[in-house]
Amino acid sequence: MSLQLPWTRKNAWIGVALLALALLLLPFVAGLFGNAWIRILAFAMLYVMLALGLNIVVGYAGLLDLGYVAFYAVGAYMYALLASPHLFEQFEWIRQTFPDGLHSSIWMVIPLSAALAAVFGVLLGFPVLRLRGDYLAIVTLGFGEIIRIFLNNLNAPINFTNGPQGISKIDPVQIGGISFGRSLDLGFITIPSVQLYYYLFLVLTVVVIVVSVRLQDSRVGRAWMAIREDEIAAKAMGIHTRNVKLLAFAMGASFGGVSGAMFAAFQGFVSPESFVLMESIVIVAMVVLGGMGNVAGVVLGAVLLYAIPEVLRLIAKPLQMAIIGDEVIAPEALRMLLFGLAMVLIMLYRPHGFIGRRHA
Amino acid sequence: MPDAASLPPEGTPILKAFGVSKRFGGLTALDDVAISIDAGQIYGLIGPNGAGKTTFFNVITGLYTPDGGVFLLNGQAYSPSTVHRVAEAGIARTFQNIRLFAEMTALENVMVGRHVRTHGLHAGVIGAVLRTAAFKASEAAIKDHAMQLLQYVGIDRYAQSLARTLSYGDQRRLEIARALATEPVLLALDEPAAGMNATEKNGLRDLLRKIQADGKTILLIEHDVKLVMGLCDRVTVLDYGKVIAQGLPAAVQSDPAVVEAYLGTQAHA
Repeated sequence: MSLQLPWTRKNAWIGVALLALALLLLPFVAGLFGNAWIRILAFAMLYVMLALGLNIVVGYAGLLDLGYVAFYAVGAYMYALLASPHLFEQFEWIRQTFPDGLHSSIWMVIPLSAALAAVFGVLLGFPVLRLRGDYLAIVTLGFGEIIRIFLNNLNAPINFTNGPQGISKIDPVQIGGISFGRSLDLGFITIPSVQLYYYLFLVLTVVVIVVSVRLQDSRVGRAWMAIREDEIAAKAMGIHTRNVKLLAFAMGASFGGVSGAMFAAFQGFVSPESFVLMESIVIVAMVVLGGMGNVAGVVLGAVLLYAIPEVLRLIAKPLQMAIIGDEVIAPEALRMLLFGLAMVLIMLYRPHGFIGRRHA
Repeated sequence: MPDAASLPPEGTPILKAFGVSKRFGGLTALDDVAISIDAGQIYGLIGPNGAGKTTFFNVITGLYTPDGGVFLLNGQAYSPSTVHRVAEAGIARTFQNIRLFAEMTALENVMVGRHVRTHGLHAGVIGAVLRTAAFKASEAAIKDHAMQLLQYVGIDRYAQSLARTLSYGDQRRLEIARALATEPVLLALDEPAAGMNATEKNGLRDLLRKIQADGKTILLIEHDVKLVMGLCDRVTVLDYGKVIAQGLPAAVQSDPAVVEAYLGTQAHA
């Protein structure tokens, strides 16, 4: 311990305080260049939540899940249905029961989206209990697609999801009379709507980080890791592997559900197009590139993999115009190009991710 | 370490199994095997390759479902149908080809062994997330217990090393410590001396004697006849899934059936 003298408890708290201050002030700096930049920050938080949720399943319990975006979709559609005029317009009995339309409080939506996604996590978990590795990946991939295809087609004969058109006019988040849909005028300063969302997502992300770290270092976390390392030995140690695996699926899914609900509120619109296979793959890439099982690594992986392509998208055109005087490569193409390049390079030079597992 | 107070008096069978049979398709791997292990014994299970020793192990620990047999642990019938229940009932095992949690530290490996003896709300997600006083106390107790067991088997200096970085002999010891962490009434070791050199074998023998002296009952599968004869109180010899000899090591050693099984039938002159 004496070797790490500067890293005392007090210094650690100072570090945390400085980091918190930086994260609070960051959107003001980003905002100088336009709200699009704050939007990137807010979305990065959503992806951190997603990546940490998947990290529980993939990183801790070692269960490769390629359909994780399904839980994001479940959370998003849950909020969309509970806080938009869609169901109100479709069903007579809802019009009678809720004459003012469906509006759900955020305090109800967050736990409910976590719980509903957890239920879906268990639904996915049950049939795949005996599968591992490639086989598990294929089945979970199928699960992700099933959810998306359902959302795409549940508009007939009864219109639940409005199909490919998606659901719009979703209520913005409202906390204590403050609507996140408008900018907040504090008198001396005006905080734009995106920045309010950024702060909300930041708080949720911190909660998700704390839960992740605390679970890792606990009886439950050790049981997950034991299953990841050797399932038979874990059983022989008396671990009820079925329940412990289902718990991993449920916990991981619940983070995705909350993130999805926030996404729906933030966008005001959801459609099945947001929940394609590519999204699942990107989230897996965040976990793997960041460092499976390592919370700090996964956070870094999520921020970098989300933010870098977005930043490139914003600066690619002006940069090309300035240097070459013409737009040679479309920003979208450049984004995928660099994404692929980053994956290849990291797997070559840092096969355990930016930050490997704790000791490696 | 293991507390002798909770154990039944010497002489009662800890594990009693009879009529045990297991078939894989047309192959009868175990045929009407009976075994009775008394408290405090080191019980050897030997036999040539393919005799069914590991199959028997896998049956009593719940890894394979038996086709028949009665199983009593500590005088109570138990059904070896699910591995984790067997561990909870009190049989802890090691594996022939070491199965540690490679990417976890030695200490964490043993802490996993405490899983089955830790119960209550504080042991679940809620306790872990809220870090309640009960959770902290329980974690401290688990860590303490695990550390003591590492000391007990003599590898506490590697507590923070990843299990995969330990030497072969130390990995075997770690597996034993992890098994002891579940507070078993029967410690079942599947070829613990396999691949060990002479020094490591001596160390293992001392360790097993110490565990026995502390009141544990041990079931041992072993190839090394010398080790078994010097260590075990009772021996059962299996061949082609059948018990061919049973009793004191010296008597078993000179049994013609055993000699035949190991060396083959002597050609008639």
